[in-house]
Amino acid sequence: MFEKTGVATREMVMTKFPPIERINRGPVAVVECYQKIPCNPCQTACPVGAIQIGADINDIPHRDEALCTGCGMCVAKCPGLSIMIVDGSKSADSVEFRIPYEFLPLPQVGEQVVGLDRAGQPVCTALVKKILNPPSFDRTPVVTLEVERKYLYEFRNFRREAEAHG
Amino acid sequence: MRELELLIIGSGPAGLCAAISAASSGARVLILERSFKPGGQLIKQTHMFFGSERQYASHRGVDIADILLKKLEEYGDRVELMLNATAVGFYEDNVVTVLKDETSYFKVKARSIICATGAYEKSLAFPNNDLPGIYGAGAVQTLMNVYGIRPGKRVLMVGAGNIGVIVSYQLMQAGIEVAAVLDAAPRIGAYLVHASKLARMGVPILCSHTVKEAIGTDCLEAAVVCRVDESFRPIPGTEKRYDVDVMCISVGLSPLNELLAMRGVEMKYVPLLSGQVPLRSEDCETSIPGIYVAGDASGIEEASSAMAEGYLAGLCAAAGLGYIPQDYEERRQEYRKQLEGLRSGPVGERIRAGMKLSRL
Repeated sequence: MFEKTGVATREMVMTKFPPIERINRGPVAVVECYQKIPCNPCQTACPVGAIQIGADINDIPHRDEALCTGCGMCVAKCPGLSIMIVDGSKSADSVEFRIPYEFLPLPQVGEQVVGLDRAGQPVCTALVKKILNPPSFDRTPVVTLEVERKYLYEFRNFRREAEAHG
Repeated sequence: MRELELLIIGSGPAGLCAAISAASSGARVLILERSFKPGGQLIKQTHMFFGSERQYASHRGVDIADILLKKLEEYGDRVELMLNATAVGFYEDNVVTVLKDETSYFKVKARSIICATGAYEKSLAFPNNDLPGIYGAGAVQTLMNVYGIRPGKRVLMVGAGNIGVIVSYQLMQAGIEVAAVLDAAPRIGAYLVHASKLARMGVPILCSHTVKEAIGTDCLEAAVVCRVDESFRPIPGTEKRYDVDVMCISVGLSPLNELLAMRGVEMKYVPLLSGQVPLRSEDCETSIPGIYVAGDASGIEEASSAMAEGYLAGLCAAAGLGYIPQDYEERRQEYRKQLEGLRSGPVGERIRAGMKLSRL
């Protein structure tokens, strides 16, 4: 299915998430890279060596959840925008996501946006907590959003209320 | 007639890297670029590149053009870049005829020549495919990202290869709606991370679909698409209409290398490399000594491979002219190793098979 639609199945997504205990301890990268392609900037970007691809540049990146500090340096560096940071340590009811977002206008901090799943379907609301857009991110802003915990494995994107069209 | 050491035709990723490589060895280079701006297709590529640090992965194509041009400046007057200059003929005595600014026409002669002329977009046959509003996807990307022009309001993208999904994403970044992306193949051809970016924006990607016809009087008003079976035959009764004012055709590229054919270089039709390609050595040298090819002109691949090929061709062409740097062998092996790495994965399978068929 994935190869026909670009939408990863729940089973595939689950293989990329660390155990919930790790998520609850603090921020950690989820690297949704499923296909062997010649690419390795995630490995190069990681300051602690938590993402390893190995000798063959085509191999799929492996993220070591014990080493990963959730710093997010990899998020804006992935050319496929496949990486996000999840953090379940802030609240028992919600989780925080840090996702790349390359559309203008950027949302405002405090804005309520529509949370979308991997097929772009609305699934929840999300609250914009922070927007990082330093020169080192090279025009790939990273948006922090708070989302109800039960959408941990669904939420993947957002759109602003004003832009109702798909 | 001007006599040159090394002539490079094309200033895209392959041509620029070839120029850097050859000039760093000491060769004097003239680069011909038919556009008003150097960089080839890089100048419209606002997305981040794949690959490794060596091919500027994670940088945006448009910035890579600037990085390469800046590097080229280091070699001062050893390199000349001529804009609005199209190579239109290539003759036995290595004379190349050039049309400059569409007003002057002259000849140059070079001891060695690297053809880095890139590729052109393929088309698709369906009724009314000549209506205004039907573009090549690359053309739309140029309109948007080079000239800042919106091609329309609602787009149907035909082709789910890397160009199709990347241009779809960039259309959305420009505030243009993408109704759907379709492809006759049963699977998405693009890197799936690109496809997922679109999917999570809510754009449907429809595999095993094709365009049945375009509808419109003076310009495109709608497109009728339908499903196809395993043999790519339309399945009756599956038609669906999309009201769109733009259709982008992104069904692949063909190598642009007629100049080499004109020169009499040995050519071969290699479908795995998307068309007629020159036979060449592992150092990118064609069947005629001193004449090299690099980038998409030698077979359709990614810009990362085009850059590595450019570096290799530039190094070897300069060596053929007598400019052999101390680390020549080391660099030659390094570029070959980079190419091997970029082509080594499952997505490089076709390229590897195509390379075997195009070796001298």
